[in-house]
Amino acid sequence: MSKVKPGSTITPKPGVGLNTWLIVGLLFFTVPIVSAALFSVQVGDGTYTLTAYSRMITDPGLSAALWLSTKLVFMTVGIVLLLMVPTVTWLHIRAQKAKRTVEFITLLPLIIPPVVTALGLLSSMPSFLKDSPYLLGFAYGALTMPYTYRALDAGLNSIDVRTLVDAGRGLGASWKQVLSSVIAPNIKSAIFGAIFLAVALVLGEFVVSSLLIWNTLPVWMALVGMSDAEGAVAISVMSLLFVWLLLMVLSLLDGSRKVKINVGGV
Amino acid sequence: MTVTQSQNVVAAQKKGGDNRYKYNNIEIKKLFFDYSGLIPFFIFAAIFIGLPTGSVAVNAFRGNSNEWTFENLRVAFGDIYFSSLIGSIQLGFTSALTGAVIGLAISYGVAISGKKKLQRVVATASGVFANTGGVPLAFFFIAAVGNYGLVTIALQKIGIDIYSGNFTLFGFSGLVLVYLYFQIPLMVIVTYPAIEGIKNEWREAAVNLGATKSMYWRYIGIPILTPAFTGAFLLLFANAFAAYATANVLTSGTLPLLPLQIGALVDGNVVADQTNVGMAMGLEMIIVVAVTMGGYIYLDRKTSKWRKR
Repeated sequence: MSKVKPGSTITPKPGVGLNTWLIVGLLFFTVPIVSAALFSVQVGDGTYTLTAYSRMITDPGLSAALWLSTKLVFMTVGIVLLLMVPTVTWLHIRAQKAKRTVEFITLLPLIIPPVVTALGLLSSMPSFLKDSPYLLGFAYGALTMPYTYRALDAGLNSIDVRTLVDAGRGLGASWKQVLSSVIAPNIKSAIFGAIFLAVALVLGEFVVSSLLIWNTLPVWMALVGMSDAEGAVAISVMSLLFVWLLLMVLSLLDGSRKVKINVGGV
Repeated sequence: MTVTQSQNVVAAQKKGGDNRYKYNNIEIKKLFFDYSGLIPFFIFAAIFIGLPTGSVAVNAFRGNSNEWTFENLRVAFGDIYFSSLIGSIQLGFTSALTGAVIGLAISYGVAISGKKKLQRVVATASGVFANTGGVPLAFFFIAAVGNYGLVTIALQKIGIDIYSGNFTLFGFSGLVLVYLYFQIPLMVIVTYPAIEGIKNEWREAAVNLGATKSMYWRYIGIPILTPAFTGAFLLLFANAFAAYATANVLTSGTLPLLPLQIGALVDGNVVADQTNVGMAMGLEMIIVVAVTMGGYIYLDRKTSKWRKR
């Protein structure tokens, strides 16, 4: 005779504490953001003003940083479209055997900390590349690989690539046409997913650009923070809202897919 | 019949050499063609992942006049730089353990609550917060619990001074607090599937066989969750161990941490002939992260295997 007391249930029930813990969690995650929003509009005497925002928006440093970051975003997106999409598609139609090798290589940026990558780039790259922002763009193309590869791989797994390619080729399309007007439209949401992840990562990346001495948005933000706390907090709020918007669009685009994990790139 | 067959075999063997050669040639050509589409990727990866990493690994063993030496590693493990390795390991360990325990509790609580809406909200929020890090996060916490932060001032008004004790946002305790902001959600993302995978039938079976609640946890619950928990802990450790931006903004290099130390050596705040010590520390970091992530991937495979069965 087991000693199950009457009234006790077999299935676990959340303790009364669950709601309390949820509130604590909610506070922990919202208080810093709410504080930041208030901090950026508050003046010492308790009144509110938007001067921190207008000061930052008119700062010539912002437009320069924004322009550089935008260029880097375009370059990274270019690498995703011109290198990653063809490579992953090719893996699916022609070189299944090499899948493990390629997957392993794309995971390497998670194992090599970005600070070490920056160090290695500085010591191994020719100076003409180090003097141009393109090196940073290429580095971002590599750093985003773990996320872009997995997004594209998942997209291609969900369609019958081989049949589509055979049909396209059989009807006389060139490889370029097959790729751009047969494969790409079918994995549109995966491509957009990969691009959004890449953009979010590039807009937040700090260590590589800081060590390669490029004033991207986060580097400039840290620089402002040394002299102007309200201003830095104001840009932080703006940049975070933008990245959140991107992430939200991403999760709306594909609600079923698991959220990608960002490791080490913080 | 048998005779003709063996004759055929002999005939085939006579010509076989040539045929096989031809066949192999086609095979090789096909193989080459199959892999040719991957050449751009391999070149890109070799230049922008292989070359920098190789350069760090080689230069870690090079002296200032390019001679081979273990001197860099000796210095990297010497007192000044060794403390930064210890500091990073402590930070990684503390923030990973705290994050893992709290994250697991949240996963469990949310999973058994049975509230579908809550589960969806927590999953989405975790995805967003786990990706929130870097420079902006540091400024958020400065605005909240910095010296002039809103929370700090509000608490001072009711007589609580969070800075009266050992706490400071700009040191070890502050970093642990800030890192929890992305560690807890990461833990929720990673362990939620494992917790969801615990079948109610197992509990029912255990109870029917006379198990008490503590026996159920001791012999079923904890052994099942251990690989998932350990794997996630390792992932969190690597995450905090390698994090740079937040720590850089908050501590401005006052706290000895491995990534910041490497950054300082590159920035040129330190004597130029110690750049290769930075390489040695970079190698140290790669090894620590590779071992940890290897452990995570191994344990993750193990947990997802039994989940599929």
